[in-house]
Amino acid sequence: MSDTTKQAPSPADVASMARTRPSTQAAPGQVVEVTGAQSLVLALEAVGVDTVFGIPGGAILPAYDPMLDSTKVRHILVRHEQGAGHAAEGYASATGKVGVCMVTSGPGATNLVTPIADAHMDSVPIVAITGQVPSAAIGSDAFQEADIRGITMPVTKHNYLVTDPAKIPQIIAEAFHIARTGRPGPVLVDISKDALQATTTFSWPPKFDLPGYHPVTHPHGKQIREAARLMAAAERPIFYVGGGVVRGHASEQLRRLVDLTQIPVVTTLMARGTVPDSHPLNLGMPGMHGTVAAVTGLQKSDLIIALGARFDDRVTGQLSSFAPHAKVIHADIDPAEIGKNRVADVPIVGDAGEVITDLIHQVEADRRAGSDDPGAWDYAAWRQRVTGWKQTFPLGWTESEDGALSPQYVIQRIGALTGPEGTYVAGVGQHQMWAAQFVRYERPNAWLNSGGLGTMGYAVPAAMGAKVAEPDRTVWAIDGDGCFQMTNQELATCAINDIPIKVAIINNSSLGMVRQWQTLFYGERYSNTDLQTTSERIPDFVKLAEAYGCLGLRVEKAEDVDAAITQALETNDRPVVIDFIVHRDAMVWPMVPAGVSNDMIRNARDEAPVWEREE
Amino acid sequence: MSKHTLSVLVENKPGVLARVASLFSRRGFNIDSLAVGPTELEEISRMTVVVEVEAGALEQVTKQLNKLVEVLKVVELDTAAAVHSEICLVKVRADATSRSQVVDTVNLFKAKVVDVAPDALTIEVTGSSDKLTAFLAVLEPFGIKELVQSGVVAMGRGSRSITDRSLRSA
Repeated sequence: MSDTTKQAPSPADVASMARTRPSTQAAPGQVVEVTGAQSLVLALEAVGVDTVFGIPGGAILPAYDPMLDSTKVRHILVRHEQGAGHAAEGYASATGKVGVCMVTSGPGATNLVTPIADAHMDSVPIVAITGQVPSAAIGSDAFQEADIRGITMPVTKHNYLVTDPAKIPQIIAEAFHIARTGRPGPVLVDISKDALQATTTFSWPPKFDLPGYHPVTHPHGKQIREAARLMAAAERPIFYVGGGVVRGHASEQLRRLVDLTQIPVVTTLMARGTVPDSHPLNLGMPGMHGTVAAVTGLQKSDLIIALGARFDDRVTGQLSSFAPHAKVIHADIDPAEIGKNRVADVPIVGDAGEVITDLIHQVEADRRAGSDDPGAWDYAAWRQRVTGWKQTFPLGWTESEDGALSPQYVIQRIGALTGPEGTYVAGVGQHQMWAAQFVRYERPNAWLNSGGLGTMGYAVPAAMGAKVAEPDRTVWAIDGDGCFQMTNQELATCAINDIPIKVAIINNSSLGMVRQWQTLFYGERYSNTDLQTTSERIPDFVKLAEAYGCLGLRVEKAEDVDAAITQALETNDRPVVIDFIVHRDAMVWPMVPAGVSNDMIRNARDEAPVWEREE
Repeated sequence: MSKHTLSVLVENKPGVLARVASLFSRRGFNIDSLAVGPTELEEISRMTVVVEVEAGALEQVTKQLNKLVEVLKVVELDTAAAVHSEICLVKVRADATSRSQVVDTVNLFKAKVVDVAPDALTIEVTGSSDKLTAFLAVLEPFGIKELVQSGVVAMGRGSRSITDRSLRSA
């Protein structure tokens, strides 16, 4: 291994060779003799990778040697492979660039399965590189062998097993192409150790051909015309905007379409911030814990214009009674999403930005041409109704009787004091819903969370990835005491690598969302949801923070909230952890109980919205 | 629920069969039969998958298959406009007294005896699933000792080819 390293130029050598040439970009087309490991690092550099999150181990070890020489790629040594995966997701979600993680075979690779599945559900572009045992040992149950390609087949967009070192540049190029184009998603590249050690050649750019992969990005003109026709004729239309608009970088265009048509909007959990919360037509989040206005707006609409959304069960509730009078225009880059859960009257396959731009042009043209229908494009009465609901049923909370701190208040203050340029990353559970509800989002990519898979433990490592990607932004992990205990070891990574994230633990001493369901549906029988993080103070989060080289603070009273947040915002030489001891019985409202119609929405425990006569 | 025959053209690469099979199981679609083999193009394999699903689910199967990077083309073959065929090898109990009756049956169905033993015959029969079912029903009373079927392979009638055009240039 050391022999081959001496013979072949290191990536740094190749980089300096390239620098002496007139054209700087790694001498396109030049063929150099390298090891497979060097080929991998050169390919990562060539494809534009600046950050890799990972942990070395036996099978991936050859790749870590040339990594040491790379001047372009910053490798961040994490403490657990799951952290590497979520960090890559956070990096990707904050920027839209492909996130990269690299781990060893066997347990290293299996520890990545959760973040890979998470990225698959939420369409996050990441490339995961895993070492594999030498090709001759594959199938022999060798030490640290796991069939990670087989294991991840159902949770990746595509995956590879590479045993031929000559194919490394091509496959890396393909992997990044697949991860970021079409509907983005995770791609895994498993490389056998002998392929990393062997001598091969490297040249860039490699040729590749994916005859079975041609994402349709340009929408069909006929469908756009039909969509615009339905929009003109509708009386109660509504935009149902999903994460696809964020991933498709189409928020600007969406804003123009909303302003042009004056049609109200709901932004799903994955799409918070695509239309600013301050926009008068934004009704907020739909779904199980959505606003009354958003949920009811969908239910009572006569036309749903779904953009990059997938009619997830958390949005629709009982599917058969979801928006029963609505026709559906469904635009998505993934044809398999259209008609999967709800039949589409007008299916549109295409990139969100192109679809929205084409819709804008079509609506403008149709309006110029005029209509025989005097009510065409006029939704004033409907707009008045939905914005009325927004005013009548705002989000809110009741303070606890004993004066304990309200979690919603804490989260609202974090958002208010940090502002819209901050990035907010949540785990999964009550704190996630409150963070989706009570932080005001004014820009896309300001809100990162695990929506589809619902991965507890996402927040700390994803916040780390987001902070690495955008070091100038304030990045908050708004986490629960349960979630935090799943991945908090990455605080060490943050402290050591100068990644000063801020963590707000919304500490209710419980697996809060499960407890809420036990309160509501299991007769207040609290089976295994008490984490004792406040009663026993195990662990003591302030001491834990300090042990990890972070600033640890604890807040128990409302009057101390602002000072602690301000201190956190002013502390940028190390990560900050604030243990907010909050009211244990606080619940997430509004709520539509699982499996029933969205008409059954309740805005508090014993309170259904009271409608005016005609509603 | 009705039966549908899908012809799936895939890149001839390791792991593709696993990918397709796991997709069916992951999405909860039952496979009636699956046959796979090479085509006239070296880099392309062809799978014939028979599924029993409702129309809406069939659309999902097709779309999900098309999402697989190594799947090149998915075509549903209309039963009336396609030729379906299956091969079956069957080992039947046949001694000196029953052998001639078994051979008569073989001739009636245009099947073929491919191996003879003192107490058994091994028979090869090809044709539609209906023909095979009928043939096996007639053989049943003699005693079927062993049976293997290939699964249906199918091809559209007429001169058009689903491996035409784009795939050849690819």
